[in-house]
Amino acid sequence: MAQNNTEVHERPPLSNARLAVLVLLGAETMLFSGLIGAFLVFRVGNVTWPPPSHIGIELPRVVTGINTALLLLSGYTMFQAHRAIQKNLVKQLRSWLLITGVLGLLFLGVQGSEWVQLIRNGLTLQSGVYGGIFYVLIGCHALHVLTAVIWLFVVFGMAIVGRFSAERYVGVDTCTIYWIFVVALWPILYVLVYLL
Amino acid sequence: MHDNEHTSHHEESFIRKYIFSLDHKTIGKQFLIYGLIMFFLGGGLALLFRWQLAYPDKPLPIIGASTEYMEEGEVVTGADRMWERIYESEKEEWLEVNMPNGVVDPAFYNMLFTMHATVMVFFVVVPILVGAFGNFLIPLMIGTRDMAFPILNMLSFWFAVLAAVIMTIGFFVPGGHAAAGWTGYAPLSSDAQWTGVEWGQILWGLSLFVQGLSSLVGSINYITTIINMRAPGMTFFRLPLVIWSLFIVAILLLLAFPVLSSAIVLLVFDRLAGTTFFTPTAEGGGDPLLWQHLFWFFGHPEVYILILPGMGIASELIAVFSRKPIFGYRSMVYAMIAIAFLGWIVWGHHMFQSGMRPGLGSVFMTTTMLIAVPSAIKTFNWLGTMFRGSIRFTTPMLHGIAFVSMFVIGGLSGIYMANTPVDIFIHDTYYIVAHIHYVVFGGSLFAIFGGIVFWFPKMYGRYMNDTLSKIHFWLTFIAFNCTFFPMHILGVGGHMRRISNPMQYEFLQGFEGMNIFITMSAFTLGFTQLILVFNFFWSIYRGKVAEQNPWHVNTLEWEAPTPVPHGNFVQIPTVYRGPYEYSVPDEEEDWIPQARPEHAPATSGD
Repeated sequence: MAQNNTEVHERPPLSNARLAVLVLLGAETMLFSGLIGAFLVFRVGNVTWPPPSHIGIELPRVVTGINTALLLLSGYTMFQAHRAIQKNLVKQLRSWLLITGVLGLLFLGVQGSEWVQLIRNGLTLQSGVYGGIFYVLIGCHALHVLTAVIWLFVVFGMAIVGRFSAERYVGVDTCTIYWIFVVALWPILYVLVYLL
Repeated sequence: MHDNEHTSHHEESFIRKYIFSLDHKTIGKQFLIYGLIMFFLGGGLALLFRWQLAYPDKPLPIIGASTEYMEEGEVVTGADRMWERIYESEKEEWLEVNMPNGVVDPAFYNMLFTMHATVMVFFVVVPILVGAFGNFLIPLMIGTRDMAFPILNMLSFWFAVLAAVIMTIGFFVPGGHAAAGWTGYAPLSSDAQWTGVEWGQILWGLSLFVQGLSSLVGSINYITTIINMRAPGMTFFRLPLVIWSLFIVAILLLLAFPVLSSAIVLLVFDRLAGTTFFTPTAEGGGDPLLWQHLFWFFGHPEVYILILPGMGIASELIAVFSRKPIFGYRSMVYAMIAIAFLGWIVWGHHMFQSGMRPGLGSVFMTTTMLIAVPSAIKTFNWLGTMFRGSIRFTTPMLHGIAFVSMFVIGGLSGIYMANTPVDIFIHDTYYIVAHIHYVVFGGSLFAIFGGIVFWFPKMYGRYMNDTLSKIHFWLTFIAFNCTFFPMHILGVGGHMRRISNPMQYEFLQGFEGMNIFITMSAFTLGFTQLILVFNFFWSIYRGKVAEQNPWHVNTLEWEAPTPVPHGNFVQIPTVYRGPYEYSVPDEEEDWIPQARPEHAPATSGD
């Protein structure tokens, strides 16, 4: 249906799919604003952070810092994948996508092992708002990374079948926009939750 | 060249055509019928608690008819036999728990008003205004064949159905449905010990979360469609005002609902995972005020989501039936944008009494007062449109005029509540109940009724029966005012809302007569709506067949053949002018359709 419509329309500057993903990011931003807002209310409302009852529990700043670098790197590789398809380099697109996906999985793996460690140390959902908002906020981001990874592997599969070319790469484009959003969000959360 | 493909009627199976349809018009109609069904659920709940308010602790008619059977278990009359049958079934326990001997139990009363508001806001007004009118009108009025993403559109409807199913299940779980008010204030909502509600509150949250997904998908679709798929020549400032309102509302829904979703996530974690986001505890607990901030940060834009499409519909009705260009088209658009923007920075006016820092109250008071300016611009523009017009008092126009007048009353009472010192007195009284109903019932619902009668010929190819429509209008208008106007007086008299038995308070006993009057009016109002539903379904099959453009309207939806085929237009129209060129001097007819090509002096919107 959408294609039939282009017969009478001038070509809009942004295609429907790209525009829709950008609009979706507006909603995602507000979802995270709500959770970050809640985090800030707790953070500002407590004189000592973490609250006195949590002394001895430390968030793994260094490991997460390295993990942050991994995720930022995946943003770069995703950008390279996007450039590759613009130049019609389908083979390079595939390898950049694969690297990006592996980096994404690596990020999730490191974070998962951190969580296991933290739970062993006694930081759980039930340990006051400190533990609660940590798991909900970081977990919400992790869910988004997971979604982005699944999306990316779908795009990867389509790239293998040869669905993209320099003229047709909306699938890569929309996935890149979403990936960049998820990557760009993380440093904000890292600074807020781990460093402040 | 693809045109024939669309207009030729390729037969689809019943399921593809009416149930899992991808056609925006069918999805719009599905939302309309969905909203009307939920309207009766929400209204029924209201009538139950209105009975309790007028006749506290007296058995309900019909439900409590046979006290004989309920008390003694003896079968004496026909009514006893009926109740015997019902009580033998599995419903027995449910009725006995919630309405022992047919009397509304206080806990049940809490559930009733909570669910009345939840159903009306999330399952009636938004689905009808945004879901039904948005889906039906947007592609037709901007001149395109369908929405940008038909499959997402279908998903949006089925998410809404899923949400309604989850919400309905909540009535039948042990512990009853959510009873913390539609605002779900924590800690009342976050811990079962305060209300005794276990699963009801959780299902309430899950249902709203799913409804949020439905809104999200819908608004992405609306925004993309309106930006990218307008017909040639349809510039933004040639869009009909109802499309402008739906565009702005889609943006509000897109940005506001995720905030509620985030709050619901925290609430459900509090309920299920033992977190303490909304409960202060010794080892670093949370803050109950956080819920109110998050809820109202969503909630106040939601209020404008409820009213803006109504304003859009009323603008169409008033311009068409005054046979005049809308007064100040651009100022109407800018006023809506201003209302939508200001809606984000006023949420604190719901919280003057919450223990929030008092200094903040005056900030929120000021921003709230500012909203009166764009609202007044709109009101005066409507009056300016009608002024010296050749008004045709058709049923849709009556609804349009009712919208404006009721909205003015609701808006004026809002100014009182925006004042912190006044609000301290009338907060949480029936004054606020009167206010919200003047805006959402008197405003949005009259716009919905008017819109249904107005676009019915395009939706179903037939007119609704005009006599029945007029009877419905006048009865609704009178009963509505009799129901809600006295509530202002109750509120100023100190009558608290959300109490199940006003007769327990000595200073409220004098209001007994007024409460009975309100209840009588409310029942009249409720039963009047049966006329609308009968008329609606009767007219789908038996109404007078309508021509293509029965009201002589300029906008593009009336260019499409009636009934509108799959793909809408025989040929995509080209737009040459703004939507409100009525009674242009030196023209033969008093209307010039947007798609009419001859050169004529342009007036509004260009």
